[in-house]
Amino acid sequence: MNLEGAILTIITAATPLLIAALGELVSERSGVLNLGVEGMMAMGAVVGFATAHLTGEPALGVFASILAGTATAALFGFLTLVLVANQVASGLALTLFGLGLAALIGDAFVSLPGQGLPEINIPILSELPAIGRIVFGQDALVYVGILLTFGVWWFLFRTRAGLILRSVGDNHASAHALGYPVIRVRFMAVLFGGACAGLAGGYLSLVYTPQWTQNMTAGRGWIALALVVFATWLPWRVAAGALLFGAVSILQLHAQAFGVGVPSQFLSMLPYVTTILVLVLISRSSTLLRANTPACLAQPFVPDR
Amino acid sequence: MDTAPSAKLERRAGDGTPTLEASQIVKDFGPLRANDLVDFAIQPGEIHALLGENGAGKSTLVKILYGSLQPTSGEVRWKGQPVVVANPAAARRLGIGMVFQHFSLFDALTVTENISLALEDKHRLDDLARKIETVSEDYGLPLRPSSTVADLSVGERQRVEIVRCLLQEPELIIMDEPTSVLTPQEASDLFKTLNRLAGEGCSVLYISHRLEEVKELCHHATILRHGKVVAECDPAEETAGRLASMMVGADVEALERRAAPSGDHPVRLRIAGLSLSKPHAFATALDDISLEVRGGEIVSIAGVAGNGQDELFDALSGERTAGDANAITINDKPCGANGITARRRLDAGFVPEERLGHGAVPRFKLSQNVVLTRHGTGEGLVRSGVLDFVAARGVVHTVTERFDVRKAAPDPEAGSLSGGNLQKFVVGREYDRRPGVLVVSQPTWGVDAGAATAIRQALIDLARAGSAVLVISQDLDEILEISDRIAVISQGRLSEARVASGITREEIGLLMGGAHDGGGDAH
Repeated sequence: MNLEGAILTIITAATPLLIAALGELVSERSGVLNLGVEGMMAMGAVVGFATAHLTGEPALGVFASILAGTATAALFGFLTLVLVANQVASGLALTLFGLGLAALIGDAFVSLPGQGLPEINIPILSELPAIGRIVFGQDALVYVGILLTFGVWWFLFRTRAGLILRSVGDNHASAHALGYPVIRVRFMAVLFGGACAGLAGGYLSLVYTPQWTQNMTAGRGWIALALVVFATWLPWRVAAGALLFGAVSILQLHAQAFGVGVPSQFLSMLPYVTTILVLVLISRSSTLLRANTPACLAQPFVPDR
Repeated sequence: MDTAPSAKLERRAGDGTPTLEASQIVKDFGPLRANDLVDFAIQPGEIHALLGENGAGKSTLVKILYGSLQPTSGEVRWKGQPVVVANPAAARRLGIGMVFQHFSLFDALTVTENISLALEDKHRLDDLARKIETVSEDYGLPLRPSSTVADLSVGERQRVEIVRCLLQEPELIIMDEPTSVLTPQEASDLFKTLNRLAGEGCSVLYISHRLEEVKELCHHATILRHGKVVAECDPAEETAGRLASMMVGADVEALERRAAPSGDHPVRLRIAGLSLSKPHAFATALDDISLEVRGGEIVSIAGVAGNGQDELFDALSGERTAGDANAITINDKPCGANGITARRRLDAGFVPEERLGHGAVPRFKLSQNVVLTRHGTGEGLVRSGVLDFVAARGVVHTVTERFDVRKAAPDPEAGSLSGGNLQKFVVGREYDRRPGVLVVSQPTWGVDAGAATAIRQALIDLARAGSAVLVISQDLDEILEISDRIAVISQGRLSEARVASGITREEIGLLMGGAHDGGGDAH
């Protein structure tokens, strides 16, 4: 296996993690913990695939997957922000609900040929040696992921709206006292998280493996959640973490192919074991965690009077 | 926002009209009258102290001026014009700023970001940062705009609030016990800033319990007692003792006292040379505290809030253990190193000041809260690890009957009771055990007069039946009513306990103000 091919596959494996984690990061920065990323991704994947298959337009499929994720998140937002249900329980329920509903919708689409999103190949540039395909020959969503990383950073730390969003996540009582609409800000953040998760799901069923199979998200939603903690709620570290996890999942595939003398089950575990290890290591350093953890994370807000 | 601070003076050229005037303010909370026909005026450039005991109506008046509360009747005039201050935002638009005792900042954000969030007009963050730097330097309130609030000391956080206030160009700043969280050095820096502001014509309404600093700083004082203005004076011309007696009301007639017990009762609670370091930066360290409480007597500890009462209570109850087992002796058993359950087993009971969250779990039923203080004392509520809720409900019944606790259900959640009723319950729960030693902090905090009498009566009954009762309270009337001996805590040191009949309010006031019998080094 050559280096260029390895980097290409790592980037494509990292992109869905990156996009889903960025959405969750924004949601958590506003103080809402949405554990339903996996369910929203599954919904995005199946609706995106179905739309692309029925219309023959993969771009329309991408759009549909974003809508599906957003709609699923809206349900979560309504439960936790309007009805003030417990965020952890609602998020777990959302994952189960999303996976189940996706399997139901997707039943008719199992093993049908998919409509893959074409790669962008900029002539000449993408034929440059070594870096040509890596930099200029990826599919459109890889670039979306990179732009999104920059965009989320810029929004959170350079705009007034981002400042208000962070203030809501840090101290919702003070933000409310200053007159900021805590619930509305959080709802928007949850919807953004859902849109990203849906897009990440669409990436899986339209680009990564252009087909639909049940449970094709394979725990990536959970890894994205772990990534947010791993990155201590900072967008650039999310990107670095996504590449790391992408690399681990690709390495274990290659290791299996080369017949390393380790049972394949152990190798398949690697990304998940890495997740746990990284979380344990991060949690040992309380200063690292506390620095950026939104103080109101997962705390319900009920305005008094 | 654009006016330079120096332009304020001319703008506020005084013509004798007070900046703010309140006349005949009445505020009722149900049957309680918190403000009773209060008249109050503050002139431009005046630092005006508002004095009074806890519950005298100071914070109610301030909340009315700042728009957090609306008066039942009465009028507020701003520069001579009648105004309705509908909410804090309206107050800020008028030019009233407030620095709260408990800050309302965002820990994770920088100084600039915090201040930006409070400003309504459009601005760029880097412009604002420069402005913060200028204003903070100008007023001797050094701040780095890029620091994260979480990294700042309490004094620096207060500076952020003050600078936030100043950027809104206020003409009246209300400061609610600003020095209660400050080190002496920070406090003296604050005084310089306040004097500077007053010199520019800004009015400062200053609320504090610390009489010495009021004498040093303030031009005028209004003294509230039981919701009424009882005196106005120039604090610099009064002694701290005079101010204290005006606050507590030396004119109140002497109370009838029950016969004190004879001296041959055994000592049941002994504190011997108890010293404890500060648990956190802004707590008070306990300094060589010694006290003996005999069976049959009530000893009270008076003092202004924040002088070590909480720390002393935690040390006595065993929430914080002392290194030396002999520092605290209950019924002749050294227990300074033991925890709270071990001390309860020695036949002691404890009632903390904060009833919700500390004295009772809000979301637990009363019966469950009963179990919490006697799960380890072998009183039959726990048998082989299984809880006996029938017995616990029996206790709830007894306590609520005895203390007339009003509740909607036979066994409601603690959080559903009103403050006064819950207070009766948490005191009654310990009274019901008939502990040989009872330590109770603020026994009648926020309780109406009838219930307060019932609680005080219960404490007296308990003592007369042979228990040692230690009361920590800020209510001097209460202390004088029930105590056999009185000690005063100030800055973590406890005065000698003196027989209650031989001590005057004025003497207590002096001790509370920090004039220790022994050393005059208090600031």
